[in-house]
Amino acid sequence: MSRYFLKSLFQSFFTLSLLVILTFFLLRLAPGGPFDGDKVWPPEIQANINAKYGLDKPLVTQFGVWVNAIFHGDLNESFHYIGTPVTEIIHEASSASFILGMSALLLSTFFGILLGVLAAWKRGSFLDLSAMFIAISGMTLPAYLVATFLILLFSNLLGWLPPALWEDKKSMILPVITLALRPLAIVARMTRTSLLEVLHSDYIRTAHAKGLKERTIFFKHALKNALIPIVTLLGPIAASLITGSYVVETIFQIPGLGQYFITSVLDRDYPLVMGMTLTYGAVLILCNLLVDLTYGFIDPRIRIGEVRK
Amino acid sequence: MKLFLRDKRFVVSSSILILFCLLAILAPWIAPYSYDAVGVGPNLSPPHFPFIMGTDVLGRDLFSRILYGARLSLAVGFCTALFSLVLGTFTGAIAGYYGGKWDRILMSIVDVFYIFPMLLLAILLTLLLGRGFIGIFLAIGMTTWVSQARLVRALVLQARDLPYVEAGRAMGLSHFQVLFKHIVPNLTGPMIVSLTFQIPNNILTESFLSFIGLGLQPPYSSWGTLANEGFRGIQSYPHLMIFPGLALFITMLAFNFLGDSLRDILDPKSSIGTNHN
Repeated sequence: MSRYFLKSLFQSFFTLSLLVILTFFLLRLAPGGPFDGDKVWPPEIQANINAKYGLDKPLVTQFGVWVNAIFHGDLNESFHYIGTPVTEIIHEASSASFILGMSALLLSTFFGILLGVLAAWKRGSFLDLSAMFIAISGMTLPAYLVATFLILLFSNLLGWLPPALWEDKKSMILPVITLALRPLAIVARMTRTSLLEVLHSDYIRTAHAKGLKERTIFFKHALKNALIPIVTLLGPIAASLITGSYVVETIFQIPGLGQYFITSVLDRDYPLVMGMTLTYGAVLILCNLLVDLTYGFIDPRIRIGEVRK
Repeated sequence: MKLFLRDKRFVVSSSILILFCLLAILAPWIAPYSYDAVGVGPNLSPPHFPFIMGTDVLGRDLFSRILYGARLSLAVGFCTALFSLVLGTFTGAIAGYYGGKWDRILMSIVDVFYIFPMLLLAILLTLLLGRGFIGIFLAIGMTTWVSQARLVRALVLQARDLPYVEAGRAMGLSHFQVLFKHIVPNLTGPMIVSLTFQIPNNILTESFLSFIGLGLQPPYSSWGTLANEGFRGIQSYPHLMIFPGLALFITMLAFNFLGDSLRDILDPKSSIGTNHN
């Protein structure tokens, strides 16, 4: 078990390194620089700026310097928010994103499983159809359409909830719903499919033959096994929810991480882009490790070394 | 064929999609105005005859713009899905069939793309490749081919020890021939299903890129671009967002229902389309 963990940790570290290298060089290949503005600097000033941020050295050296800094817990200073360390920016923005993402994760897991279970329990009924219609809508509606619709309905028309900002509990409701809808839909569909598959397996037939109650079979025997693929799914979903969503954060004016994924690239804020990539990669790896651990709790038969991705 | 026609979801969703494709192809002949004809009507007017979907800020006919937008949105969806199908199938098939060193190398490349934050990659690529059709197309294609590669690899792994493969080898076919003439064609069912789910996802991604201002450049306008233009004035002129949004939504819905029914018909045991994010 510990050998498996060491191996998968090593593999994750390898993938993360490749990700970081690829991002670094792709970013530098992109046209434009961090200090391009409307003003054209005199060449001496440009050279001075480049020297201050180490941009005059060869790319490989710059990469080496950056890697060296990471091991000292330093992600350098942002180019765009001048003088602010990247670690500080990420630290400040992560709290809003974390609360938002976690709430959305809990909401979507709970209601997604509930919806999927109901649909599988009453397969082919009106309930099943409407649950799956909600699920498909959730998967196909772009987040900005959902957000707009919710704001128009609950803020403009009914006046129940604030349309934006990140202040009290009330202001969290709409962004959380918007963010949760898509994962909710994915979880609901997966739950239904997985449950229906399990319900056709031999051991369920045996349980029927033994004369167990329908409800006991469904909730005690089938549901537990059906949850395994859903747990697998939750790893990447959790990672993407926690690291923030650009659309939701922009529309609802939330000071979170998601916006930096986009703005930092557009600003060519190299240190911030690299910091964001590193954060996302680390969170994803952590979530996947948690998923691996959870398997053992749901189904003790899964010896962790045998899990195949 | 009977199997297809009996499935109501298939009939309804494929008719809608065929209709939309026809409208897109025939746009120059159907559209009452050109997509970039300025001032053909009053500015920002809500739907009224002859502007059945109203007009935008420059007095352009929204209905015509949506018809032309269908061309771009659908083209982006189809082309990117085809791109990821070809690249993903090739990579996945080689990795799954040959195994060993090839598998390790190819799959670590796939893994990197898999954990790459999709939007970051798409943005970096659009910056690198420009914001023309080719740039957008490659940016979306490069972010989606990995799930195709993983799927095909898993399927090829299952198939490679089946008797028909052995029979092909025994008849003197090379590995390459067996793989691409016998195994891959046998996987058409699941591949078509995954393609059907990929297309709407790619259309959605393009609309997202438009939302952050990295989509196709004006005067071209996909549904995503149109919806985002409408988004800015949603309170005063809701029609500008509602109609493109509706077109987008109906298309996505149709593709998803089509994917569901195709899966039930072609590939009843798999769960593709339920586990992509």
